[in-house]
Amino acid sequence: MATIKEIEAQIIEEFSIFDNWMDKYQYIIDLGKSLPVIEESAKTDENLIKGCQSRVWLNCKEEEGLLYFSADSDAIITKGIISLLIRVYNGQSPKDILDSDLSFIESIGLKENLSPTRANGLLSMIKQIKYYALAFSEKEN
Amino acid sequence: MEGVKNIISEVRSHFPALETSMNGRRLVYLDNAATTQKSREVLEFISGAMVNKNANVHRSMYALSDLATEAYEAAREKVRSFINAPERENIIFTSGTTASINLVASSFCQAFLKEGDAVLIEADSHHSNIVPWQLAAQRAGATIKVLPIDGSGNLSTNLVESLLTPEVKIVALTQVSNVLGVENSIAEIIEKAHKRGIPVLVDGAQGIVHSKVDVQKMDCDFYAFSAHKIYGATGVGILYGKRDWLEKMPPYMGGGDMVETVTYQKTTYAPLPLKFEAGTPNFTGAASLLPALETAEFLREGEVGDVLKKEERKIVSFMMEKLSQIPDIEIYGTPDDLEKKHPIFSFNVKGVNAGDLAQILDKMGVAVRSGLMCAEPLINSFGATSALRASFAPYNTLEEADYFVQCLQRALQMLK
Repeated sequence: MATIKEIEAQIIEEFSIFDNWMDKYQYIIDLGKSLPVIEESAKTDENLIKGCQSRVWLNCKEEEGLLYFSADSDAIITKGIISLLIRVYNGQSPKDILDSDLSFIESIGLKENLSPTRANGLLSMIKQIKYYALAFSEKEN
Repeated sequence: MEGVKNIISEVRSHFPALETSMNGRRLVYLDNAATTQKSREVLEFISGAMVNKNANVHRSMYALSDLATEAYEAAREKVRSFINAPERENIIFTSGTTASINLVASSFCQAFLKEGDAVLIEADSHHSNIVPWQLAAQRAGATIKVLPIDGSGNLSTNLVESLLTPEVKIVALTQVSNVLGVENSIAEIIEKAHKRGIPVLVDGAQGIVHSKVDVQKMDCDFYAFSAHKIYGATGVGILYGKRDWLEKMPPYMGGGDMVETVTYQKTTYAPLPLKFEAGTPNFTGAASLLPALETAEFLREGEVGDVLKKEERKIVSFMMEKLSQIPDIEIYGTPDDLEKKHPIFSFNVKGVNAGDLAQILDKMGVAVRSGLMCAEPLINSFGATSALRASFAPYNTLEEADYFVQCLQRALQMLK
């Protein structure tokens, strides 16, 4: 299993081929379209992160000390970025997730999507991922 | 034709922000219902006043304070004449439309809204014309009644009679909804409310931008608007109120400048309008209403006004025609009579998130609003959780409308 840093480096490498924003966003949009949709039963109010612009659902499962996420959003760009986050975080340990800084999002030029003013639920989603990691790491101890 | 082009480019040269770039493209600013860009005259006034007229108002015995006070009061006089209020005492400076409505909701309702009473509001209200009334109603033990809109975004004025029951103590109207852009038939409602002795507040935040407002002709009891939506500074609002009501209403906030004499036990209040202007106001911002409203007059009067009005009407027909040709689009606010439609266009395209569209448009240099637009009950009533809005100011052009439509089509291709 690759580490968070290794997966981030892969993503940065993949994005380096785009020399204009349109191709990059088209790629994100396509990622969003191909993200496996969260199972309907997990699309509960409890898993809902509500923003002014879009809604995000996030579900977390633990297997043998590693965390697995599934998510959905009604905004496709948000969903595309979520699929990158899930790729980075899936199958990682709570501790590694807590230690991660997600600097790759800035490196691939998508920083503006994490701006608190965009209210698209992404920032709250990252916070929620870290809460899950914190909860599971405390359970382990 | 050449003359028209020259006038439009002359108008645009008054707004430095229109010449800037965003994301490497020329900025096409279509979020004017949220805030307008400032004219060079306003910008120069503000920077000049910060140097030459910066002293606290209404307080001191020195020349600099006199200059600041004169500028502040000159702006009040300008507002008075701009909306044709009878006296300067009718004009209260606040921090925005929201603060103006809160002032009335709090002060009027404290005196006149009792348990079992009701406030009548509109279904297409901005949150700032809903929540202050809810707060006041909760305090009083009163209820909120809602005047609905029909499928095209017109107020259901036929229901007004049945909703104006004796419990209703005040009516809060919206001249033009910030989502629908439809000119509401408020005159009819004001007349009916007045027949029953019920006062009416009008939220004019959007209405004041695109049409001439005469508060005496409109006969509303209160009229609220914001400076920043009409080329002025942020953090400044106006409340017009009829003198009788303002005299009867208790002060809203206590503090400096709103008092006559103060002892530790009791205070007598300053006469209008200062009774409602506690504390140091945003005096430079308020004073900038003088050049801001002069800008508004420049854009709506004479030959420039004629040219821009024609351009606005062309933009409305163009946008409604082009938008309605987009497959799976739902446009909010589609009156039969397009004369009633202000250049505010909100819509959704089925299967496409408005926030996604706004992000792609931003990359193309187009600034538009997406989301709930502070009108969640209205957006939800369309079965939507967000919408996209393009809103034009008089300085926007048909060419920009055309660019917007082209960008929208490309963005839809990417997202669909």
